[in-house]
Order: sequence, then structure tokens, then C-alpha cells
Amino acid sequence: MLDKALNGSKSYWLWLAGLSAIIGLAFLVYMKQWTFGLGITGMHRDFTWGFYIAQFTFLVGVAAGGVMLVLPYYLHDYKAFGRITILGEFLAIGAVVMCLLFIVADMGQPTRAMNVILNATPYSMLFWDALVLNGYLALNLIIGWKLLEAERNGVAAPKWVKPLIYLSIPWAFGIHTVTAFLYSGLPGRGFWLTAVLAPRFLASAFAAGPSFLMLLCFIVRKNTNFDPGEKAMKTLMKIITYALIANIFFFGCEVFTAYYSNIPEHMAHINYLFGFGDHSHGVLVPWMWTSMILMITAIIFLVQPKIRNNEKYMPILCIMVFIGTWIDKGMGMMAGGFVPSPLHHYNEYVPTVPELMITVGIWCVGFAVITILFKIAVSIKEEIRA
Amino acid sequence: MKNRRDFLKVAGASALGLSTLSAGNAFAIGEHFIPADQTKKKDSVLEGTRWGMVIDTRKLTPEIVEDVTHICREKHNVPDCQLFEEPKKNKEHHEIKWIWEEHFHNAFPNMAADFLAKKLEDTPFLVLCNQCENPPCVRACPTKATFKRPDGIVLMDFHRCIGCRFCMAACPYGSRSFNFQDPRNGLVDRKPTNPDFPTRMKGVVEKCNFCAERLAVGEMPHCVEVSKGAITFGDIGDEHSEIRLMLEENYTIRRKVALGTGPSVFYIV
Amino acid sequence: MNDKIKIIAGLAIFVLIFTCPFWINGGKAKDVPKPVLSEKALAAKTCVLPKDEMAKNHMQLLDGWRNSVVRNEQRVYIIKDANGIEKEYDMSLSNTCLACHTNKAEFCDKCHEYASVNPYCWDCHVDPNVKEASL
Repeated sequence: MLDKALNGSKSYWLWLAGLSAIIGLAFLVYMKQWTFGLGITGMHRDFTWGFYIAQFTFLVGVAAGGVMLVLPYYLHDYKAFGRITILGEFLAIGAVVMCLLFIVADMGQPTRAMNVILNATPYSMLFWDALVLNGYLALNLIIGWKLLEAERNGVAAPKWVKPLIYLSIPWAFGIHTVTAFLYSGLPGRGFWLTAVLAPRFLASAFAAGPSFLMLLCFIVRKNTNFDPGEKAMKTLMKIITYALIANIFFFGCEVFTAYYSNIPEHMAHINYLFGFGDHSHGVLVPWMWTSMILMITAIIFLVQPKIRNNEKYMPILCIMVFIGTWIDKGMGMMAGGFVPSPLHHYNEYVPTVPELMITVGIWCVGFAVITILFKIAVSIKEEIRA
Repeated sequence: MKNRRDFLKVAGASALGLSTLSAGNAFAIGEHFIPADQTKKKDSVLEGTRWGMVIDTRKLTPEIVEDVTHICREKHNVPDCQLFEEPKKNKEHHEIKWIWEEHFHNAFPNMAADFLAKKLEDTPFLVLCNQCENPPCVRACPTKATFKRPDGIVLMDFHRCIGCRFCMAACPYGSRSFNFQDPRNGLVDRKPTNPDFPTRMKGVVEKCNFCAERLAVGEMPHCVEVSKGAITFGDIGDEHSEIRLMLEENYTIRRKVALGTGPSVFYIV
Repeated sequence: MNDKIKIIAGLAIFVLIFTCPFWINGGKAKDVPKPVLSEKALAAKTCVLPKDEMAKNHMQLLDGWRNSVVRNEQRVYIIKDANGIEKEYDMSLSNTCLACHTNKAEFCDKCHEYASVNPYCWDCHVDPNVKEASL
């Protein structure tokens, strides 16, 4: 099946070459971080997780979002998703690869990464996160590959794949729950210390993942003869709508709890993010409002079937959802947790250029992985049709 | 065709198994301890069941605070962030702090009252790692690089730290610092101020160690010695200790007790 | 099989690059460096463990030392020497090993460089014999 990845059009190779060039450049910048240390980033003593972990958190969501195709197809026999389930699984692989790379990029001593396994520490959430992420990667690789292989050969997939598929469904919820537990189990971080964090993570994941997949579907449809199917795309839009509403609802719950209880430690972070209160710090204020406006506007359009089901508007709506949730769960989640600091200092964070370049490089790795996997999947589907 | 495939599968699986086995052997080195009958503590060692500290803020003066923070930095080779070449501005972003000065409302943000006694407003408060009884940083650490000793000291094993900074997110006291660059960049001529104590390397987290290296040879922490009686150190697990007597006789407060971390640093105000 | 020439050329280039260390060094190996003993070490005659064992296993010993000191609070190493006499050592790289092996460059670095191993001991631990030069 790999042969399908080696046999592409000129634009396919140009795209991959472009990605490789950016990855190469980013790798050179990473070498600088390797020699100097994480000091080349904008992170500091009071703001110790920055742009890398923001991407990580968001992308775990994108990876988990793939389950929104797998679950209806396998548990509810929703046939319309049959054609694109494989794309959801392959998107999850690309997203998890990025997650793992962001974790490594964020480590102070990356050569000691295996210590997490050697000195396995079951009471540390990070240990579990490493386990579930790698497990999810393996599950999706095996399932996606075997299903596609069976489809190509016109036979049924081996029987042992089915249990793995069923396992991958709760596992997808698991990866994002454990990621939320990284944050929500820490005392003294008022913004994260909330039981609704894991549900909220899942809600935004089920909006962000499918909207990213929708955008990829449009790209695939434009460039190949493969059609994901109108019905499938309309259903995905419906899923995005409900998930996004749930995300905003959960955030509303946070806001109510913080402000009605009037507990300063819980209000301070939301005040900071959205520019309330009288202090002069607020680099993120325009971003947070952009995020909120994007998500709420998207909801207003999405709840109207005429607009939601109109293919003309689908891409722009998906872009709004994607950017909105990316800010919300990326930098918003980081800054809300770290500012103000446990000693109530307001020390803000702005990523540096090298940090942004490394981030872009890792995204390009993800895009390359997704491109190659999608190329294989789509080529095989075209082959079967022909 | 079928046979060749199966052969390849078996060969691949056994190669994987073999390499994991040999890798397992290599990894075993990481957990190597000297057998207990070949080691002992120094005869002069100070042992306790739960080390603790009482800081009498009434006795703190700007001079004492300066002496305390200075001796700690000097004896532990804590870098001076002003000597860092990078970053050009905001050098304190990479600052390493073991024991340092804060205002009352920063040290005790949840106690900051509207009509705070004037003397508290002006008093310099010393803050450091609380050596919690129930340390969230230890829970968070994925490699046991930070761990709690039987005598209550929460220690860092710099050899093992992977620099994930989960402990820093977990600490509700901001007591941990990360080496964003080689800490020797912040030492004059890159030379340690105390050659008998190691420096740290880039990419690891560090914090106050309650002078574990001093207790091991029977001496009191550096800060206690220069504090002119403002800082008392002792075994709060021992009901007959001097420090327990002090705690019985004085009203003390601790930072963020509501979080259940059980700080071992007490303040008389 | 029109690509025969291409494949053979590719293989040839691969073999050439793969074996380049041999070509660059002209087939000769560098001399194995011998660690130089300082006067103090010579005078002491014996190390913590017998010489051969130290040469082979000093990394395991040091690893055990650091774990025992940092994680088990044990600071003293007790070992019987060749004559069966019990000896005690402070388990310290800087203050025990380097107190005797005063020539880190000649004793440690030379072999490590030759074997291309890069122990990170010195990123933190201080060579007490280097008072003037920067770290």
C-alpha cells in the first residue's frame, strides 16, 4: 500500500517538498534550542508551559475527534460515514504524531525521555498520558492499515480488528480525559481546578477534530476523484454544531461558578484573559475575544440548517470553529492557568520567533503525515471505484 | 508467498523481542544502587522524622533577609540572572530562586486583608519550598525525579529530571525554578561560588533542598545560621524538640493550608 | 529491469559513504589512550575497587553512588580492600575521586573522547583541581 504514497502528481511532490523545506528549517532552529536550552522560547519562571504545550493540548483533541466518525459507524451502523472513517483514523495518527513531537520539543532534557518508562510512576498523570497517546497511535495505525488493506483486496478485515476498533472508542475519550487530568488535578491553579475541564476538553475536541476533517475533505474532493459524500459531511456539521454549543455551555458554567461564588482565585484568571479588572496586563485579551466571537458567531450560523447544510458556507464555518477552539484550548488554557501566578504576580508570556518556527515545523510534520496517509487512502478508494 | 510473509513476520517479531530484551539490560543500569551493607550515613548525620522550619517574621530585618538569600545563593551556586547574556531584557524571566523575599500579600494571597497591619505590609517575607507533607510536585513528577524522603524533605534528583516542568505547574507556592539555560552562564567567569557543591545543568528543575547536604554532615541549614535567630529549624515530628515548643507557644500561620499540602514552614507574624 | 545501472550506482554510493570512516583514516586505527595516573593516585596504590574492575565498571559504581547518596541518604561507601581491611569512602565524585585523580583531562577525558562517550557529570559536578580556568 505504501507504493501509493510514492506515486503522485507534480503538485503532490511539490507540496511535500515545501513541507520538508520548512521542517528542515525548523529542525535547524530546534538545534539552537538543543544547545542553548528552552531559554530561546518566551517561557519563564511563572509561565512554564507555552506555545508547545498549547498545541499539544489542542491536538490531543483533534486526535480524539476522529472518534466522532468511528463511533456512529461502528456502534450505530451509520453507513454514511463508511467512506470517510479511514480519514478520521488517519487524521488521528497525524495529530498524535504532532502531540508527541510537541512533548519532546517542550522537554528540558529530551535525551532522558525514556525515564518516563524506566521509572514508571503510576500516580503521575503524565505517565498515563504517555501511555494512552502511544497506545492510541498504535491502535489507529493498526486499525486504519488493516481496514484499508482489506478494502483494497476486496475481502473482510481480519476478525481481531473489530475488538480493537471497539477498544479505540473509549480510548479516544481516554486520551483527552487524561490530558485534562494533567491540568485539573493541580491544587492552586484556580482556572484548571474544575471537574468540568475534561468534559469541556472533549466538547471542544469534538468540534475541532471534525471541523479540521471537514476542511481536509474539501481539499481531497477538490484535488481527487474521491467524494466523501454529501450526507456524511452534513452529519459532521451537525456534530460540530452540538459539540461547539456544549463547549460554550461548559465555559458558561465556569463563568457562572467563578463569578457567582465571587471567589477571587477563580475569577482572577478569567478577568485576566478577557481584560476585566484594573490591571494593565492583557496581551491575550484580543485573542480571547476573537475566539469567543468566532465560536458564538459560528453557533449562530450553525444552528440554522439552511446555512449549516450549504456547502458554500461549510468551509468558512469550519475555519471559524477551528481557529476559535484553537485559541480557546491552546493559549487560552495556558495563560488562564499561569496568570496570575500562585503568588499573584502578573507575568505574561509571548512566544518568540524561534519558538513559533519550531511550532510551524512540527505542524508541517503533521501535515506531511496526513498528506501521505490520505494519499494512500484516497488512491486506494479511487482504484476500487475504477 | 504466504510462507515468506509468515517468515518475515516471525523474524520481525523476534528481532523486536531481542532488541527489547537487550534494551532492558541496558536500562537496568539506571536503577543501580550500592547494596545496603556497603553503605552507611556519616556518623555526624542529623536525622529527623519530619524536618520543619519556623520563621519569626518579627525578627526579620532587610539586612537579615539579604544575608539569608545571599548565603543560600552563594553556597548552592545559584546563578545570578543579571549575568545572563540572554534574554536581553527581562533577565529575571530565567531567574532561579531557592529562598527569596516577597510581600505579605504575595506570600499569603488568600489572607490579604483590606486593613492589614502596617508592620505586615512593610515586613519582608521570606518564602521557600514548603517541604510539604503531601507534596503535589511529587505526585506530578513522571520519573520520581522529585521525591519525598522519610525525614520529610522533598528532594530533587537532577540526574533523573526530564525537564517537563509538570512539578512547577503543580506547586501552589511558585517555589520551583527551571534552568532555561546553562546555569553556569549566571556565575562569574562560569566559576562556582562554592566548589564543594555542584551546579545544575540546563533543562532541569531545582528548588530549596532544606540543606540536605548540610544535615548529612551534622550541620544546620545555611539560612538558619545567618538568620540571627529569626529562623528556627528542627524536627517537628518530635514532640520534645525545641521547634515544637516554639509552635506550642506562638501563633503561627502557613501558606495556603486549605490546599491540603501540609507545609512544613511556619511563620510567626 | 531498466534501472539496473541506477540501482548499482546507488548501491555503490551507499557503500562508499557507509565505509568512509575507513577511507578517511586510511585503514589505520588511532592508538588507544592510556589513562595517566596522577602522583597522588600512584602513591595511593589502590583505588576503591581493584584496578581492572574500576576500568570496566566505574560507571556502574558511580551510578550506584549517586543513587545511594541522592535517593537513599547514604553518603559513606564501605568496602574491603585486597588485604581484607575495611575501608570507608565518601561517595563523592568531586571530593573523593578527583581528590586523588587530580588530572581529570589526562585520566577521564582522554579515554571518554577516544570512546566517544559523553558523560554529563561535569555539566554539574565541579573539578576541584581547576581553580582558575572557567568551567
